[in-house]
Amino acid sequence: MKAFLILEDGTVFTGKSIGAARDVISEIVFNTSMTGYLEVLTDPSYAGQAVVMTYPLIGNYGVTPDQESKRPWVDGYIVRELSRVPSNFRCEGALEDYLVQNDIPGICGIDTRALTKILRDKGTMNGMITTRDVSMEEVLPKLRAYRVGDVVSRVTCEEKHVVAPAEGTQGGRVYKVALMDFGAKNNIAGSLSRRGCEVTVYPAHAAAEEILADRPDGIMLSNGPGDPETNVEIIEQLKKLYDSSVPIFAICLGHQLMAKAIGLSTHKLKYGHRGGNHPVKDLETGRVYISSQNHGYVVDTDGLDPAVARPAFVNVNDGTNEGLRYIQKPVYTVQFHPEACPGPQDSGYLFDRFISMMEGAE
Amino acid sequence: MPRDTSIKKVMVIGSGPIVIGQAAEFDYAGTQACRSLKEEGVEVVLVNSNPATIMTDKEIADQVYIEPLTVPVLEQIILKEKPDSVLPTLGGQAGLNLGMELAESGFLAKHGCRLIGTTPETIFKAEDRQGFKDTMEKIGEPVAASQVVHNVEDGIRFTNTIGYPVVLRPAFTLGGSGGGIAHNEAELVDILTNGLRLSRVHEVLVERCIAGWKEIEYEVMRDGAGNCITVCNMENIDPVGVHTGDSIVVAPSQTLGDKEYQMLRSSALNIIDELGITGGCNVQYALNPDSFEYCVIEVNPRVSRSSALASKATGYPIAKVSAKIALGYTLDEIRNAITGKTYASFEPMLDYCVVKIPRLPFDKFLTAKRTLTTQMKATGEVMSICDNFEGALMKAIRSLEQHVDSLMAYGFDSYSDRQLEEQLHQVDDRRIFCIAEALRRGMSYETLHDLTQIDVWFLDKIASIVEMERRLREEELTVDWLREAKRMEFPDAVIAELTQKSREEIRRMRYENGIVAAFKMVDTCAAEFAAQTPYYYSVFGSENEAQKTDGRKKVLVLGSGPIRIGQGIEFDYCSVHSTWAFSREGYETIIVNNNPETVSTDFDIADKLYFEPLTDEDVESIVDIEKPDGAVVQFGGQTAIKLTEALMKMGVPILGTRAEDVDAAEDRERFDKILEQTKIPRAAGGTVYTAEEAKKVANSIGYPVLVRPSYVLGGQGMQIAFNDREIDEFMEIINRIAQDHPILVDKYLQGKEIEVDAVCDGTDILIPGIMEHIERTGVHSGDSISVYPAHTIGREVKEKIAEYTRRLAKALHVIGLINIQFIVMDGEVYVIEVNPRSSRTVPYISKVTGIPIVDLATKVIVGHTLKEMGYQPGLQPEAEYVAIKMPVFSFEKLRGAEISLGPEMKSTGECLGIAKTFDEALYKAFLGAGVILPKHKQMIITVKDADKPEAVDVAKRFAALGYKIYATRSTAKYLQDHGVDALWVNKITQESPNVMDLILGHKIDLVIDTPTQGHGDKTRDGFLIRRNAIETGVHCITAMDTATALVTSLEAARSEYTLVDIAKVRNV
Repeated sequence: MKAFLILEDGTVFTGKSIGAARDVISEIVFNTSMTGYLEVLTDPSYAGQAVVMTYPLIGNYGVTPDQESKRPWVDGYIVRELSRVPSNFRCEGALEDYLVQNDIPGICGIDTRALTKILRDKGTMNGMITTRDVSMEEVLPKLRAYRVGDVVSRVTCEEKHVVAPAEGTQGGRVYKVALMDFGAKNNIAGSLSRRGCEVTVYPAHAAAEEILADRPDGIMLSNGPGDPETNVEIIEQLKKLYDSSVPIFAICLGHQLMAKAIGLSTHKLKYGHRGGNHPVKDLETGRVYISSQNHGYVVDTDGLDPAVARPAFVNVNDGTNEGLRYIQKPVYTVQFHPEACPGPQDSGYLFDRFISMMEGAE
Repeated sequence: MPRDTSIKKVMVIGSGPIVIGQAAEFDYAGTQACRSLKEEGVEVVLVNSNPATIMTDKEIADQVYIEPLTVPVLEQIILKEKPDSVLPTLGGQAGLNLGMELAESGFLAKHGCRLIGTTPETIFKAEDRQGFKDTMEKIGEPVAASQVVHNVEDGIRFTNTIGYPVVLRPAFTLGGSGGGIAHNEAELVDILTNGLRLSRVHEVLVERCIAGWKEIEYEVMRDGAGNCITVCNMENIDPVGVHTGDSIVVAPSQTLGDKEYQMLRSSALNIIDELGITGGCNVQYALNPDSFEYCVIEVNPRVSRSSALASKATGYPIAKVSAKIALGYTLDEIRNAITGKTYASFEPMLDYCVVKIPRLPFDKFLTAKRTLTTQMKATGEVMSICDNFEGALMKAIRSLEQHVDSLMAYGFDSYSDRQLEEQLHQVDDRRIFCIAEALRRGMSYETLHDLTQIDVWFLDKIASIVEMERRLREEELTVDWLREAKRMEFPDAVIAELTQKSREEIRRMRYENGIVAAFKMVDTCAAEFAAQTPYYYSVFGSENEAQKTDGRKKVLVLGSGPIRIGQGIEFDYCSVHSTWAFSREGYETIIVNNNPETVSTDFDIADKLYFEPLTDEDVESIVDIEKPDGAVVQFGGQTAIKLTEALMKMGVPILGTRAEDVDAAEDRERFDKILEQTKIPRAAGGTVYTAEEAKKVANSIGYPVLVRPSYVLGGQGMQIAFNDREIDEFMEIINRIAQDHPILVDKYLQGKEIEVDAVCDGTDILIPGIMEHIERTGVHSGDSISVYPAHTIGREVKEKIAEYTRRLAKALHVIGLINIQFIVMDGEVYVIEVNPRSSRTVPYISKVTGIPIVDLATKVIVGHTLKEMGYQPGLQPEAEYVAIKMPVFSFEKLRGAEISLGPEMKSTGECLGIAKTFDEALYKAFLGAGVILPKHKQMIITVKDADKPEAVDVAKRFAALGYKIYATRSTAKYLQDHGVDALWVNKITQESPNVMDLILGHKIDLVIDTPTQGHGDKTRDGFLIRRNAIETGVHCITAMDTATALVTSLEAARSEYTLVDIAKVRNV
């Protein structure tokens, strides 16, 4: 079946429908990872967005258990070519079927590089995937009006639950970590659990008091989707967590929300950082790590009071902030994804640093 | 970390002559690195014995020594030049070993010099078998378990700890004979018993069998501060068991999930960190296709063939960045030259698929075993880029220039099902074609996977191509299907053949429906950032990014494709120099080529680079967009020449010598007419199509005759026939490939062979020098030892040669380069062949005379005259040095290949010996080619009757050097009768001890074996002696002239050398 991708600037790409054959309007973003399409599909941070993969051959190893949440969250999926015969020892099925089963609409067979160049030059924009011949006059105003909105509420867990320390980690000190789930990828809890932590996952709207009452050794703020601006109430709770002096480690949206809690602002990048090849420099050691990234917004460090927090990491490509070390409190936050999945595992050591922070706080 | 300013003068070690396994990639890496060093104000001293390289140009380095790569020579150069640092990581294994020896002996430290880019500890940990194993164990990286055993019991015990199957590798047996794979104890006992018996040292390595696992490579970079990145990973389509250099390789990996990808990536970073490498490194893995289990196969702590491929596949200049790291920079301080925005501390992201296919030399060595094993056999490779795998594969196949442009080839359609299945068990260079045929017959993916271990994903892609073939063959051609076939890069000619339409019809249908190639940019970042470097590949069905540029005059430079025997790195040298010269003349330059190993496909050589197959159709797509003002074909070897007609049809003017004049030199009748007009004699002969005609000509002019196809390179298919039977044999071989042009049969004249390269501007001609071959005619010029200045011909003959060259160049209206081969016999000069284009000897003669021939030829092409450039026309005065070019062969890599020299070229590379005297130059040339004698001072002579008189003199001279001479019966008798103290040794077929035992005893320096006539018979004694000698590392000489030269050189052996800085050689 034919499918169309219509951008809010009026550009139309014609391809073939994949997945669910329903219309969807969403924010179109591109991801440059060459592997890890399942992790991308199931990363809750993509809620409210349709993802275009810049790598042209997708689905080669089919559907494997490598999923970062219980379902795919992308609104739509845009690829150059979807593999018809996947091959991998863990393959459970074809990606195309997976998209259908999960009601994800998509389009293949379009020039994804041309699309990426448009998004790069004009910035991230909204678009529509449809299999119908639609009138542009009707569609374009709708596209322009689309807002991602409050997506954290959609993706967070409904109830508090516990992830036990991983098998084989018994014997050491078990740190109790409170993980605030703004749309957390599984491997955040996984990375902590494998380091012997007991992780209690809280819904995004849990009150600070509730979390602190459970007396965690450390608090982990997760990644998540959308504009940090919209999370006004959560930011209020984070102020209280900050004041508690419990060690905090935050990733991505968590990093942005913590920055907002101390009064910093965030702004939207032209087309974001989404992929597995972004160099970040640890400003304390000068070392550069290749990181997994997925964010459209970034913390503004202008006017940052060095007595409160200092930049800890910076993006080598564009100089944007990639992390903050807080001075008065045991708080450490990063914009990138040390939990990887997909992408390089180079910054996984930050979880160890978090463990050390909890040790130090004892 | 800023640059280490204590580094001011660096000696760079090159990799020496091109041999299988060590080819043009090191010229590419070395050239890029030297330019990078010079950019930083570092003075570069370059040492490489290979004169055909660009890195040995005075534009690339400050001091250039084309000298043998041995420790004493390097020491002498260090004493003379006093560099503060030595960079050994650019010269392959050869360079690394030399660097290690210089450091370990304490020589460097003693002379205030140090290694940069690596350390002896790093080299030891990566290269030493035990050192590597220990290092991997220490950091928990798995290697395939192995143990050396001396008896069957130990073998069983060890195998029980690691499990079956195991690979058994006997030590010191011929080409691994006696080895094998054991799947159970019975097989183990059987193979091991045999292996232990065959092994000279009674030793067998028992190793866990990982054949059939996926083979994956990572290219990693690390700087002095410990920052690490991976440039790219690659997946071999052929599973473990085939050398990666002989495998079809795809980048990035296609069948790995992120879990596997990151697992191996983390491992590679872990390894490079532990080894403490500063620069580039290649790590090869075997990955179990049914689990996450993996083994590290090998680590190369230096630039390599794979790193060249990775650089071209991603746009990330590994050698350049490695050089900057060696100077102390960190990755985040080095700019990414492609984007101009980002830094070297990032990982390239591809939004396309890259396929590499090796170029194997089986068209040259008909008797060689085609089987692909862990011993590399490819001489070169091609790379192609597309946004789908099918397209990349189809483009790569036609880039190989093997008369194959689809998966329908090699006659597998005529095989029975049973034969086909048997063939599928064979791992050789035709395997994908065989798989395609099996798929056509409906063989299941499962069966094919079981037979080949190739991942189903790749099999399905081949199936997708096969399905398109069927559709085109059976269904009406619609615009949609045409579009889809083009997306998969089916050439028009193949579509035409399948649809039974004409090529022109398909072409018209395409253009009418706007189905034309678009070009996309290789930008290192999947379009995330705007890139600055126009490096393009074609796709169908997408937006075009290549913009036609206006303003300057624009020239298309056609490259020479994959490195193969007969068309080597020399033509890349010419293409690159021509590009630079055009650029200096104010032209916009565009290079088209498909060889990832070369300098010409580096992203900043030309203004634009199109990484594409060199076929009519592919070039036309580029011409459609760029509309060049002209194309130059005379520098890219036969590959470029054969595009001439197509370019003219497209309306692209051919710059330089006109196409019809090029044709006049190739067309027998027209050429004969020119010779008549110019009164230049040549050997009698005629043109034929059939064996009958050939025999007729041969009998009328008299045997022996030279038989060869016209319009070919490197004497492909050329043979000397002594009788009708041989004519039948050779004609059959030549006509296996349909010939567009007639076959030439000429009287074979045995005389001195002379070669000349010259530049002609239409009026005047400049001959930099005359080269003379040591071997008499009958040995291909590329396989002969070549001496400049010609040393045995007199002034009169030289003048005659210069005069003939002038007449021929004028008669052929040459504008640019011309190469002529002559025979001098009894004072008379005959012309053998004329090539109005660049030749194999151009880099060599340019360097030793100091005359930049390609530069001059290019300037002449754009309209300058020789006089205007300040050159006195005619034969130039001779240099004060003797420079000898020595061919280098790779016979030991090609099991079953006939090594005796003849009219068909067999050498893969060359090296230079340059000195004040002929004898020293010869000695250095042999040294450079790896002939480092004497060792045991024992040799074997077995020559044909005609050579026996000459053998006496050679034997006496070797005996005077202290050699003990063994000879088979008739040779021994002849030598003894003529006063040589030769020892008689039994022939192979006679009882032990015989000549074979001598060779296998590892106590023989040299075998002189001149073959009797006859070809292809692999059971002959001579063939067996030569093969066994080569495979046990014994030097083997098959022409008496070469033997004389070798003994002359040994008589001149010395430990002090005259060093010549090539960069200072000026034409006087």
